[in-house]
Amino acid sequence: MRKIKLLISGLLFVSLIQAQETFPVNGVADKRSGTYAFTNATIVKDVQTTLQNATLVISDGKIVAVGTNLSIPKDAVVVDCKEKYIYPSFIDIYSDYGVATPQRNAGGFNFNAPAQLGSNTKGAYNWNQAIKPETDASKLFAADDSKAKPLREIGFGTVLTHVKDGIARGTGAVVTLATAKDGFKENLILIKEKASANYSFNKGASSQSYPSSVMGSIALLRQTYLDAQWYKTKPSKEGINLSLQAFNDNQSLPQIFEGDDKWSDLRADRVGDEFGVQYIIKGGGNEYQRIAEVAATKATYILSLNYPQAMDVEDPNDARLVSLSDMKHWELAPTNPTAFEKANIPFALTAADLRDPKQFLTNLRKAIDMGLSENKALDALTKTPASLLNIYDKVGSLEVGKLANFLITSGPVFNEKTVLLNNWIQGEKYAVKEDGWNDVKGNYSLTINSPVGTINYTLDVKSAAVANVIGKDTLTGKFSFDGKIVKLSFSTTPTRRPQMGAGGAGNFGGQGGAAGFGGRGGNPSQFRLSGFVNGDSWNGNGEDTAGNKITWTAKFTNTTTASDSTRKRPAMAQKLAKVTYPFDGYGWEEMPKQENLLIKNATVWTNEKDGILENTDVLVKNGKIAKIGKNLSDESAKIIDGTGKHLTAGIIDEHSHIAAASINEGAQSVTSEVRIGDNLNPEDINIYRQLSGGVTSSHILHGSANTIGGQTQLIKLRWGANDDDLKFKGADPFIKFALGENVKRTTSQNNNRFPDTRMGVDQVLDDAFARAKDYEAAMKADPKGRRDLELDALVEILNKKRFITCHSYVQSEITSAMRIGDKYGFKFNTFTHILEGYKVADKMKLHGSNASTFSDWWYYKQEVIDANAYNAAIMQKVGLNVCINSDDAEQARRLNQEAAKTIKYGGIGEEDALKMVTLNPAKALHVSDRVGSIKAGKDADLVLWSNHPLSIYASAEKTIVDGIVYFDRTRDLELRKKISSERNRLVQKMLGEKRSGAPTRPAEPSWQVILSCGDHDHHDGLITVDVSTDETINN
Amino acid sequence: MKKISLTISSLFLLTAFVVAQETVYPAKEYNGLLFITNGTVHVGNGEVIENATVQISKGKIVKVGKDIAIPVDDVKVIDAKGKQVYPGLILSSSDLGLKEIANGVRGSNDYQEIGEFNPSVRSVVAYNTDSKVTGTLRANGILFAGITPEGGIISGTSSVVQLDAWNWEDAAYKYDNGVHLTMPSFIQRFGRRGGGGPPPGLAGRFGAGADATDPTKQALEKVEEIKSFFRQAKAYLQEASHKETNLKFEATKGLFSKKQKLFVHADQVKQMLVAIDFEKEFGFDVVIIGASESFQIADLLKANNISVILNQEHALPATEDDDVDQPYKTPATLQKAGVLFALNDTHDESRYRNLSFNAGTAATYGLTKEQALQAITLNAAKILGIDDRTGSIEAGKDGNIVVADGDILDMKSSNVVYAFIQGRQVSLDNKQKQLYERYKYKYSIK
Repeated sequence: MRKIKLLISGLLFVSLIQAQETFPVNGVADKRSGTYAFTNATIVKDVQTTLQNATLVISDGKIVAVGTNLSIPKDAVVVDCKEKYIYPSFIDIYSDYGVATPQRNAGGFNFNAPAQLGSNTKGAYNWNQAIKPETDASKLFAADDSKAKPLREIGFGTVLTHVKDGIARGTGAVVTLATAKDGFKENLILIKEKASANYSFNKGASSQSYPSSVMGSIALLRQTYLDAQWYKTKPSKEGINLSLQAFNDNQSLPQIFEGDDKWSDLRADRVGDEFGVQYIIKGGGNEYQRIAEVAATKATYILSLNYPQAMDVEDPNDARLVSLSDMKHWELAPTNPTAFEKANIPFALTAADLRDPKQFLTNLRKAIDMGLSENKALDALTKTPASLLNIYDKVGSLEVGKLANFLITSGPVFNEKTVLLNNWIQGEKYAVKEDGWNDVKGNYSLTINSPVGTINYTLDVKSAAVANVIGKDTLTGKFSFDGKIVKLSFSTTPTRRPQMGAGGAGNFGGQGGAAGFGGRGGNPSQFRLSGFVNGDSWNGNGEDTAGNKITWTAKFTNTTTASDSTRKRPAMAQKLAKVTYPFDGYGWEEMPKQENLLIKNATVWTNEKDGILENTDVLVKNGKIAKIGKNLSDESAKIIDGTGKHLTAGIIDEHSHIAAASINEGAQSVTSEVRIGDNLNPEDINIYRQLSGGVTSSHILHGSANTIGGQTQLIKLRWGANDDDLKFKGADPFIKFALGENVKRTTSQNNNRFPDTRMGVDQVLDDAFARAKDYEAAMKADPKGRRDLELDALVEILNKKRFITCHSYVQSEITSAMRIGDKYGFKFNTFTHILEGYKVADKMKLHGSNASTFSDWWYYKQEVIDANAYNAAIMQKVGLNVCINSDDAEQARRLNQEAAKTIKYGGIGEEDALKMVTLNPAKALHVSDRVGSIKAGKDADLVLWSNHPLSIYASAEKTIVDGIVYFDRTRDLELRKKISSERNRLVQKMLGEKRSGAPTRPAEPSWQVILSCGDHDHHDGLITVDVSTDETINN
Repeated sequence: MKKISLTISSLFLLTAFVVAQETVYPAKEYNGLLFITNGTVHVGNGEVIENATVQISKGKIVKVGKDIAIPVDDVKVIDAKGKQVYPGLILSSSDLGLKEIANGVRGSNDYQEIGEFNPSVRSVVAYNTDSKVTGTLRANGILFAGITPEGGIISGTSSVVQLDAWNWEDAAYKYDNGVHLTMPSFIQRFGRRGGGGPPPGLAGRFGAGADATDPTKQALEKVEEIKSFFRQAKAYLQEASHKETNLKFEATKGLFSKKQKLFVHADQVKQMLVAIDFEKEFGFDVVIIGASESFQIADLLKANNISVILNQEHALPATEDDDVDQPYKTPATLQKAGVLFALNDTHDESRYRNLSFNAGTAATYGLTKEQALQAITLNAAKILGIDDRTGSIEAGKDGNIVVADGDILDMKSSNVVYAFIQGRQVSLDNKQKQLYERYKYKYSIK
């Protein structure tokens, strides 16, 4: 027999424990000690300690005793917790409970919109609206029961709340999820005012134009660290800056960073490393895809359990647009916490980001199914977050002196069948599912006393929502029990569906499904009963269909066989997608290794004095070209037959915008502080596509939204490598400049940013370098002065430590730029685009510039009406080092053909034409000692072509970087088959999900973002998003 | 006998240094005999005749073959020995002459009218024969273009022009050959989640901003609106006379009489499948333009007699998982299925001059070179409805011919040396060549 105790009103709480001293009482004082003893429970104090048959005593909202064989205080209300479990209630370290998140307005940078150059925040705060470390969640916090309740119902008792807005977001406060009421206000609910300082790369609601990109956010944060350090010297020129003051004050707190994506996590960690900060990183759920890199951050992570829903892929046309990587992520997202556990990366769990908090425990169970240990899960919800926030003395385990924040459950907390009964917070009971307190399962003898006499049935209660009435037959009806009130209605004649399935969402579940009861033809043998629980029996009254008043009683007789509650662990056995590098169909299951290669009998375009060598072998060892000659042999080398094929140096694209999370930091005219290298995206499919076109190195340039753009990044197309390993190490650093229409915002009707003309562009340059020179002198005089990342980069240019590639079109601007260079003693290393370069080629030669141009683009805007396909030839003939570049993810796949056009337009020789996409860009980028030709000692960056490399009929069969074959047409064909079968498997699985009734969302095309400098239109693919003109990526 | 050589005009330029096209004259009518001798003639229908002569009289091809006697009269003879002879290339669908300098120079644009249903809007009346772009196309062997209006749902009516003319009436080769319809999209628009893009690898998180309405339903409603337009037009045209004239309905007459084709701009499979309806319900001749996904339903297109203009060979695959060379090999799929298709070039930055290289790419990925050539000559002519007059080097057709030093499909050899439209030898000079000469002069380079 179940004991039914403590079924005091679960609905209203009138106990006023811990009444606040300073608050006057309106009425008669009602102080209570709030002492309770929870006896006979299995108490999980923490992951290490579980006490059987133990007692927990609380008083005044705190734990006063926990253990076995305790003496129970006399004033304690005793709650028998036999067969119940008690756990510390959970802690959510990433909440915005009780604080409002400002809504984002349409901010950011747009080529066509006016800029908001200053902050809209009034007061003595930072210049940038997204830097608001002064935000103090404790001052904004107000308890909100409508938000607290859903969190309590999934087991949370304490949260760290903060304003999820901006780059420096201010401080987070620790609060409990108790209800605020008279005598128990936020003063008691707030348990730590400042427990964290929070950050992100997302400028959030800031309407200020800067920053408009990931790299801009990174630069702003780095500059803020520098400014804050400098502010400690109390610089009189800065006056009082409350933001910088707060930023410094916050440094002693745990620093939490919202990464929200695996690469973003790494970016955050690097900022932390630079300034001696170890962030706690809020992950994005895809960290399992790069767990080694994630582990190397040495950070503790905060993981949400927000898994993508299955998509409705019934229509193959919809399914086609969903990428394999998105489908794989759908399948593997629940493995994320497991990956952390296996890699020994500490983490806390959060209920943040869930569409519905109710999913939390379900999703956690999915993670457990995927191998996450229950202990780790519990730790990640209790001790780990508490320790991170330095509040383990208050919450996170069941120990004397800590807050009485605990859960009472019907079984082990993560067990699927377990019911969370109560969530006690600060000594207050919050009933979650009172009906589950007693296991109502069992057989009851039901007696109905009607005017016609007494009728007996057996009531077989399966759960609080499902029961069968058994007379002669099993009868149809509805049953519900909320822990107090019982409702039962049934027909005495069996229907066609006698069996009321367990877990039935249908007719016998009390879920409102069963229609038509009671009225049908006046059949007298239908009953509507309602009653109350009284100890071990239910008593109540009711009516039959004829309207006769009846009474009824149901007495518990015996338990039914308990259904097997041990959970299945099917998941580890199921076939799951493989994590590949990158995480898409063309990725590697295992990164390819460098091996020694011997390419035999090819036509070798050396790009050296030797010219084109027929029937020649090239030996590659340790990633370098070892030897070129005839009849070479090397036992260690893998032989590649080059008979009938052509071998060239890998193509180098001087002007590319692939493989980055953002390209344009467009808000200001000078943004030399931003770095493309800070936001590489090594999973851009265009890396692979360009390898298929023979490209081995790409110079990733900032866009052309401003006169002095960002620092560029030369990369090698090491498909599968991480962001850092993509970089062409040891290469001279470059920076992008831009002139002309894009920087003066020609397409905008309402430009308000200086410059608006080429006259102004000239002034931006002059002013920037004048400031840089002054800055350099000032820093020499006072090394403790304010370091300015923007000017640091310009000083590097002055000192020939950083080099310029300058987007330019018309002759006037090219010449004026060179004159600025002359004035300040630096040169424009490369003019890129340079479509009127042919007009001033002699001046450029004198200045010492390289030229990097398109083969045949023109007439897509005013400043290119004199562009000319003969440009490259003329510049070459005048003696410039000329490169042909792509600036376009598609064209980059055919740069050999673009180079071949110089034969057609201007009669350039074949070898010279090929050099325009190989050796010449290597020279322009100062890496010709490493790449650009086939010469012993150089990097083995090679392409084996099926045909004459300048012919349209040639395709790259193998593309080799550092002696590693990253693209191989044979492997590519195999991958196509693999992609197709893996896609099919996942589509079938999603369809299964849908058919099983699981919620699905409409198929969502996997949009491909094509970044470009904002110079021209691209029409690539059905589901590409060209963000050149509306560059506002912030995540 | 008079040999024509381009060096004449080049010499002239060396002394004149005119930086404009004002001195590039449309060629005068030539009614005499023209012989293009000893060339490798690529007929345009797949056939290649080595060492052949093309005889043109009064602008028409009279004979093609070997052993054609050349009279000793005052005839023009072009020695094409060692050279390749092709039909004039056809750019099937373009905004050439309508969009001069798109970006930032609104005043130079005439390709898109206001309104959703504009069948009566005619591209040809705005066609600018003096566009600076045209000369660069001629120089690459492109002698014809379908001039296509854009925008709205029914954008207007296209015409075919020849690219060596004084004015649009002079240029018109076939008036009003087709009506252009842009099929509504069946794909959810990209959700502007705060104006941003998806974080890499986290595509699942950015659906929130997407428009919640079902794109298929929306598209079908729009399609119904279009059909309703044509149903009413049909009824209107059955009336003997009208109290109130409806120019829009009038403009669809040619569609119903099959004198015009319906060019449906569509890339998605569903869009293309819906396009078949217009053949079934209204009996229109349907051509699909764009058609990047046509490789998925090539057999259906063939079965329904739908022809295709592939807009851009040089394009990225539609999805991350697609074969890296999918757009390159789509023509081979259509060829195999027997679909009548043409290749086009809509590249906004190189301005359509790479038409033959789009075909070259198709030849690298599955077509034969002659099939690829056919896709920019005879097939295009068939689709545009001008194959009775051009598209191949066959007797009876206009003398529209291009002579190149080498393979016209391959940029490393595709130097066009002569071009003829209706037997007139047209200038291959253009603004870019003139600027080349101007700066060769400046720098004293050869």
